[in-house]
Amino acid sequence: MAQLSIKERESGNVTILDLSGKITIGEGSVQLRDEVRKLLLAEKKSILLNLGDVSYVDSSGIGELVSSYTTTSNQGGHLKLLNLTKKIQDLLMITKLLTVFETFDKEDAAIASFQ
Amino acid sequence: MSETIELSIESKYEFVDMVASISRDAAGRIGFDEDTSGWIELAVREALINAIKHGNKGDEGKPVDVRFVIEKEALSVYVRDRGEGFDHALLPDPLDPGNLLNPTGRGIFFMRTFMDEVEYLSHPEGGSVVRMYKGKHAS
Repeated sequence: MAQLSIKERESGNVTILDLSGKITIGEGSVQLRDEVRKLLLAEKKSILLNLGDVSYVDSSGIGELVSSYTTTSNQGGHLKLLNLTKKIQDLLMITKLLTVFETFDKEDAAIASFQ
Repeated sequence: MSETIELSIESKYEFVDMVASISRDAAGRIGFDEDTSGWIELAVREALINAIKHGNKGDEGKPVDVRFVIEKEALSVYVRDRGEGFDHALLPDPLDPGNLLNPTGRGIFFMRTFMDEVEYLSHPEGGSVVRMYKGKHAS
């Protein structure tokens, strides 16, 4: 069974990736990287990562979120985060990455922020 | 009076989950709360990943030895790789504004954040050992 399941859906011009499982070293991190690259290649540059069902993240997973963010930004896009779990919020806080990412609790507010 | 759990794994990331679950059980046995046990588990995962990736350079034939010492009020974890070690003073500060967008360099920071003590030692028979300590009083 895959470490991380990623389901893609659209809301207007925003692509939402519903992530479920672990973003940890190895498979989970690679899956996320591949998925974001695929979206950028398809010119889908407004990306919202829904982390509500992510059960575990390690330093590699945090690194992959950062990579996804910078890769998207470097291509003129925007990558934002939705539904942070308490643990992910804590990790982003102590790494000062909450100052980097735009994060949302409500999907409609997140979608509206891309407009 | 303490209890010890020792095991040795091949340098494969798929074994990290297994050791992490022992870490969670060990922390629970001491009575750490769920949050603290989770952070200890993360520190153990990061130490194992560093041992596999940086210490043993991903060479599956090289073992990583792990020892948990469970005391009434504290947990010590020793992780030994077969690498040459490195100067931790040279690690970039992941909180420096210029490093915030680095995709790597947060593993040891997490270990230091979530454990009370983290120190690196040379093993007399080769390789390096990271020793991490977490006391209940400080959790």
